[in-house]
Amino acid sequence: MSNELKLLSTKVTAGTMTRREFMSKAAALGVTAAVASTMLADAAYAAGPVKGGTFRMGIQGGESTNSQDPATWSSDVPIAGGYVWGETLVYPGPNGLEPKVAESWEGSNEAKTWRFKIREGITFSNGAAVTAEDVLATMQRHSNEDSKSGALGIMKGIGSMRADGDVFELSLAVGNADLPFLMSDYHLIIQPNGGFDDPAAAIGTGLYTLETDEPGVRMTFKKNPNHWAANEMGHYDTVELIALNDATARTAALQSGQIDSMSRVEPKIAKLLGRAPNIELQTTSGRGHYVFIAHVDTAPFDNNELRLALKHALNRQEMVDKILQGFGSIGNDTPINEAYPLFDDTIPQRSFDLEKAAAHYKASGHDGSPIILRTADGAFPGAVDAAALFQQTCQAAGIPLEIKREPNDGYWDNVWNVQPYCASYWSGRPVQDQMYSSAYLSTADWNDTRWKRPEFDAMLLEARAELDEGKRKEIYSKMGRMLNEEGGVMVPMFNDFVDAISTEVQGWETNPNGAQMYWHAFAKTWKA
Amino acid sequence: MHPILKLVAQRLSLGILLLFAASALLFGLTEILPGDAAQAQLGQSATPENLANLREEMGLNRPALTRYAEWIGGILTGDMGNALSNKLPIGEQIGKRLGATMFLAFWAALISVPVAILLGLVAVRYLNRWPDKVISGSTLAAISLPEFMIAYILIFVFAVKLGWAPSFANVPPDMRLLEKLHSISLPIAVLTMVVLAHMMRMTRAAILSVMQSAYIETAELKGLSSFEVIRRHAFPNAVAPIVNVVMINLAYLVVGVVVVETVFAYPGMGQYLVDAVVKRDVPVVLTSGIIFSAVYIILNMIADIVSILSNPRLRHPK
Repeated sequence: MSNELKLLSTKVTAGTMTRREFMSKAAALGVTAAVASTMLADAAYAAGPVKGGTFRMGIQGGESTNSQDPATWSSDVPIAGGYVWGETLVYPGPNGLEPKVAESWEGSNEAKTWRFKIREGITFSNGAAVTAEDVLATMQRHSNEDSKSGALGIMKGIGSMRADGDVFELSLAVGNADLPFLMSDYHLIIQPNGGFDDPAAAIGTGLYTLETDEPGVRMTFKKNPNHWAANEMGHYDTVELIALNDATARTAALQSGQIDSMSRVEPKIAKLLGRAPNIELQTTSGRGHYVFIAHVDTAPFDNNELRLALKHALNRQEMVDKILQGFGSIGNDTPINEAYPLFDDTIPQRSFDLEKAAAHYKASGHDGSPIILRTADGAFPGAVDAAALFQQTCQAAGIPLEIKREPNDGYWDNVWNVQPYCASYWSGRPVQDQMYSSAYLSTADWNDTRWKRPEFDAMLLEARAELDEGKRKEIYSKMGRMLNEEGGVMVPMFNDFVDAISTEVQGWETNPNGAQMYWHAFAKTWKA
Repeated sequence: MHPILKLVAQRLSLGILLLFAASALLFGLTEILPGDAAQAQLGQSATPENLANLREEMGLNRPALTRYAEWIGGILTGDMGNALSNKLPIGEQIGKRLGATMFLAFWAALISVPVAILLGLVAVRYLNRWPDKVISGSTLAAISLPEFMIAYILIFVFAVKLGWAPSFANVPPDMRLLEKLHSISLPIAVLTMVVLAHMMRMTRAAILSVMQSAYIETAELKGLSSFEVIRRHAFPNAVAPIVNVVMINLAYLVVGVVVVETVFAYPGMGQYLVDAVVKRDVPVVLTSGIIFSAVYIILNMIADIVSILSNPRLRHPK
């Protein structure tokens, strides 16, 4: 029977049988629809990518205020569009960094000097050759003193930069073994003359070129035949990116076949949607985490006993089940999970233990005045509900947690990183060093828990320059344990990226860096 | 001067004053809102340095009054300026967005206004009999449902299940008219259902009150058919309130359809304004706000003029 099915499935991929015919024949042979469509997918995969067609993505997070200037990007639609028309030096793929504009790279001098060799013979979509000077100018635009770039925060540690023939060289004051990961930030798309002349021109080295751009509505792209990997990637002739901010609108568009792929399936409906015919759910466990953050330098959160009481009162599993509907995993009061390289899985998991919570609360000697937790729907999806669950378990442990609901508007300006205790969200970083440097280094702008420990900083810098992975893992493990025991960050859960695609789309692979194969579904998938 | 022209001139000058007041109010309100365009753009990736640089570039460090005066100056010379957020010319963006909004409103109005008035007339003709009850019942049911609910139901039935219409309204500029109409068929249906009841009930009520008058009785007694009575005698006398409610609904179709735009991902003015408010893009908020105010003022003026023209008593004020 299975031989017969295999034969049939090759007929479908060869185009001599329709998908519908195949499914009905498979049903006649007593094979369930699910098995049959997997077989079909395998056959399609084995047959290799099919060229041509249009890939249409329905993505949340597009506004009419969006620009094509990479320095301004902070929401999904412009970021996703940027990866279609442009490339960074390197890209965080599912199995580590992939070379893009940089063909190869190497660090030397205790990871203080980094040399990126620019790929030979590649051109921008306007026909100009890509030089190391363009790369240098790009990095300058994101890091000089006039920079308005969202990448400025991560570019701070860079000492000097220069172009040397076809090599772009970076020198650091302190060694950083993970520096190439910093260069993969989505803001750092390489532009002609760094984008100084026309930052929003959307001229890059991507697999496609931008055809039409209606901010907050849609972007359309046409295949760039001159791309250096035009034969191996970018199987579609055209790509369309449609801003669909309403979750129901996205779902309906996918169900009615108007789009091929959608981001951010609501956890509530994900299981139902996965059962719909011709739709496949794709979940990716990533590094994004939902947090309650307390300033460790502000009363009453300057008392570690109180922080431990709150940490023990968090019912993490309940939150994963109820807030994420199971599409996620429990956190352990550090921003790091198994999706990071060099993660230490032996750090004991914090238990949900009301007795311990009550004991720590008692030991803290808190005066019983309400502990105010600020939250808003915009902090993370379900943040208000999560706070309510937290309040209930706190109450059971005798901790007087009080919820103050804040407006979404202005939450990131007036509450986050300002108020001593609030709900927040971190999207994670490709490597531990970057995550810790962003939010747990004493001098970090986004140190939203006011975690300022010289010994922690020292360990972070030591690990950064350490090239021996075994030793680095050991240091990171110590740092993780320290945050877990004393930090101001309470991490109930890590959320999965939940995408849904049409079963026509083949070649999907997950990438822990983000949704939609970290915005590279357009480059690597094809339609059967 | 002809009294009507005088009235139009008065109304227009008052309208312009109102627009100035509206712009000042809008500017004041956007200033009160927490945060500014630079913070909104950088969000979680703000650092003190890039925030300061962006504020400098956007000109947010200058006093509020200077910025307002500059914007007013630009508008008066016909230059709407560029958006703070993406630096695109506001005039061009609004041109596209307003065009899309007007396109949707035009077709929704073209269907809903005649249907509403006709249904109102039919309801009066068959007062308290089944056609009246069916019409009132169904239109009131439609207006009682939130519009996104109607939209979701229509999408589920006509886009997902039957596949007759697209679930989101994609209207690129190079699309042919018939394709565009097909693309916006569901939004038109939703808007029609939402505005129908208000206009239909008003038509019904206005005509009913006229129907109590002595001259209607006379018309009936001289043997006119009941539809003829409504058409010749009742409707002209009831036209003023009907025009008023039609204008309110037309204004709604232009300025109040942000929910429908969101559900159908339609690139209209509502979405543009909401995005601009969220991103604190003050020039865009002001310009869009002014256009919305102008739509209200102009439609109301038309309603007043039509009422006056239709009523000889108002044409000759004492």
